[in-house]
Amino acid sequence: MEHEFQLFPEQASSYAAKLDWLYYSLVGVAVFFTFLICVLILTFAIKYRRGSRASRGNPSNGNLKLEFTWALIPFVIMMISFGWGTRLFMEINRPPADAIDMYVVAKQWMWKCQNQNGKGEINELHVPVETPIRVTLISEDVIHSFFVPAFRVKQDVLPGRYTSIWFRPTKPGTYHLFCAEYCGTSHAAMRGKIVVMERHEYAAWLEREGTTPASVQGRLLFERFKCGDCHGGDTSDDGPMLSGLFHRTETMRDGERLEPDLGYVRQSILEPQARVVAGYQPVMPAFQLSEEQIFQLVAYLETLSAQPLKSNTLPEELSR
Amino acid sequence: MITLGRKPHNYLNANYSPWSWLFSTDHKRVAILYLISITLFFFVGGATAVLFRLELMTPRGDLVISETYNKLFTMHGIIMVFFFLIPSIPAVLGNFLIPMMIGARDLAFPKLNLLSWYIYSIGGVFTIAALVSGGVDTGWTFYTPYSSTYSNTAVMTAALGIFITGFSSILTGLNFMVTTHTMRAPGMHWFRLPLFVWSNYATSLIMILGTPVLAISLLLVAVERFFRMGIFDPKLGGDPLLFQHLFWFYSHPAVYIMILPGMGVISEVITCFARKRVFGYEFIAFSSLAIAVLGFLVWGHHMFVSGQSMYAGMVFSFISMLVAVPSAIKVFNWTATLYKGSITLQTPMLYALGFIGLFTMGGLTGVFLATLAVDVQVHDTYFVVAHFHYIMVGGMVMAYLGGIHFWWPKMTGRLYPEWWGRVSAAMIFFGFNLTFYPQFILGYLGMPRRYHTYPEEFQVLNVMSSAGASLLGVGYLIPLGYLLWSLRYGRAAGDNPWRAKGLEWTTTSPPPTENFQVTPVVTEEAYAYSAEESEAEYQRQVEEFARGEETLEESRREL
Ligand SMILES: [Cu+2]
Ligand SMILES: [Cu+2]
Repeated sequence: MEHEFQLFPEQASSYAAKLDWLYYSLVGVAVFFTFLICVLILTFAIKYRRGSRASRGNPSNGNLKLEFTWALIPFVIMMISFGWGTRLFMEINRPPADAIDMYVVAKQWMWKCQNQNGKGEINELHVPVETPIRVTLISEDVIHSFFVPAFRVKQDVLPGRYTSIWFRPTKPGTYHLFCAEYCGTSHAAMRGKIVVMERHEYAAWLEREGTTPASVQGRLLFERFKCGDCHGGDTSDDGPMLSGLFHRTETMRDGERLEPDLGYVRQSILEPQARVVAGYQPVMPAFQLSEEQIFQLVAYLETLSAQPLKSNTLPEELSR
Repeated sequence: MITLGRKPHNYLNANYSPWSWLFSTDHKRVAILYLISITLFFFVGGATAVLFRLELMTPRGDLVISETYNKLFTMHGIIMVFFFLIPSIPAVLGNFLIPMMIGARDLAFPKLNLLSWYIYSIGGVFTIAALVSGGVDTGWTFYTPYSSTYSNTAVMTAALGIFITGFSSILTGLNFMVTTHTMRAPGMHWFRLPLFVWSNYATSLIMILGTPVLAISLLLVAVERFFRMGIFDPKLGGDPLLFQHLFWFYSHPAVYIMILPGMGVISEVITCFARKRVFGYEFIAFSSLAIAVLGFLVWGHHMFVSGQSMYAGMVFSFISMLVAVPSAIKVFNWTATLYKGSITLQTPMLYALGFIGLFTMGGLTGVFLATLAVDVQVHDTYFVVAHFHYIMVGGMVMAYLGGIHFWWPKMTGRLYPEWWGRVSAAMIFFGFNLTFYPQFILGYLGMPRRYHTYPEEFQVLNVMSSAGASLLGVGYLIPLGYLLWSLRYGRAAGDNPWRAKGLEWTTTSPPPTENFQVTPVVTEEAYAYSAEESEAEYQRQVEEFARGEETLEESRREL
């Protein structure tokens, strides 16, 4: 986050250079065709100005071959651009399996960030360098957008629905986090910082900040709301068992089959009657949990899994 | 001022009373009513831009507070899109010219035409009311749930204004389509139509099919606001992305309402000042239709990062790429039209050539936005702002001004001062580029749009942009001044000062109320220009002039 004048954005993620290749190639194409058209216009305007000696014999009013040529050339360029852009788009839409999870709740006009270790931050998110980070996003009110130009990634943050974004920072430093979707009065003030730290510094920072891990906070919530009374162990038949929840497929009362995920758990807490697992009665009352509490609860549920989850915890070196 | 003997009867001097204007069903008078109203809106919309460009000179918010800033850019968008760009060429030049170009005495439904102006004005009154009753802060895009639940500004008044105005463009579109189908003069078959008529026909298609969807989406916002019925706000059980789908289903095609008519003007102007038949007539005509039809299938390119499915993004990206093909065809055909022409660079031609360059840049940067991964970075940044201003201001406004200059002699019977015309055209071109080119760079750097304050490193580019905007502002005021001046002091134009082809030039200037004394019969293709003839005539003129000089010299010697 430098304050000097710049013409090109900094490359601070593994993906940034890849996108820049595509971007600057398109710049090349755009410059080439703009110059081509401008040069042609100027040449013709001068050469064929009224009174010039240029020959005007056999004017042509159309030429099929020419028309197809200049339809085909843009078409081919478009298809290359489409293919290249789509490949990169798929890459940023598919987080690697070993990505660390972070959670961000957006609201007018701030970012509430939380990492797996329970450390909560406002308008700041500390992340370790050279580590894939997956950020799960949700909004408490209107639509916002999580945008880190130095990483070349952006994702709208919706109310009532999770979206996610991932990146692998490559350069320690502080980078802008912008809200890119207009969200009302202080939209422009909804700016934050992504602080990328060396891995050992990050580990030290986590230790220094020493807070209760999210899963522990989730466990406290689990006990406070007495979730275990119905969803407890194998004994209860009031509600589905919660251990190993994220590793099975459930059939709903209406026959729908789904793999429970964050979104399903959130819906089951806020509107439990919406999608009830087959074989159970719709008896669960709604709970008014905040978005952060839902994140914590899910972090706890993940520890209940029969097998380890798709590595949603910090790499050993980091968690120590 | 040249005094003519008895002024011939024309649509302007037919009757001077205000009522004869306000209740006129003459398409030419309705066009003038539109011209006056959209000019007013253009300068109101421009004034808001001046204010927020001033604010953006510094990274801090020191001129206006954020609420005011948000209302300024919202009003700028609403006014410029719905009250200037959409009606600009169709409602002013289209209204004036389409009947004359096809050899008709009026549009198919003259009363509906007048009604459409009244509807437009009522919509405009509501929008101005929203502006003076405190303003709106949702952006012209009205994204939910912000607009439907959270904003406590005059959202409904503004939305109502747009809702009402929508009907005026539906009526205009309907009128143009029926007129083009049923009222062509004998011999004016489809492939003899001026390309201006083709492009307005394609525009009408969009107006009729798209506008109702916009009306419905605004109505749904109203329903949610008033009755707290959950349509878009998830807290009430709605889906916020539904609004974006509905909104862009209209508003992407609406982008083509804001450029296709401009392309029509360019085809008319280029052929006239290059004295050449247009190159690839059918390709230009059908590419307008192709753009109009494809335009309905690409709305999702505004939603690549919105949370819509990745695969939907791919489909929308692919179809958006296809739109580039007909656009490229047009640019190449216009350029090829210049080849072997007999070119003069009067003001309308300067605007037309400027259009081609700026539209090319606007179109090419559109490819960036259609490319999924690149859009992720530049979506909702100044890159997008720059891109659509290259299309809408660099394209449509340039075409509109070019068209106004080109047909001014026909509309008013007067010539505008050529030198001033060229100076302001050049000024607008440079001012425009200085304003919007830096915004491409800002966008890739990551500066989000609709930001009242911004990090310091973006200041230099913002100052450049604001400097350009002031040049642009002056560039727009000059034509306003000299065009008004020319109404009284301009030289009389004669019927056809450009020696242009096209039926509108075969009648007197200004035209009589009924356009033509005798219904014209069309016997030739559109744009029957010949560069060789033009050159031969020019040579004759040069020789005549030289002979004249000689005789002058001789008589002087004799004295
Ligand atoms: Cu925001
Ligand atoms: Cu679009």
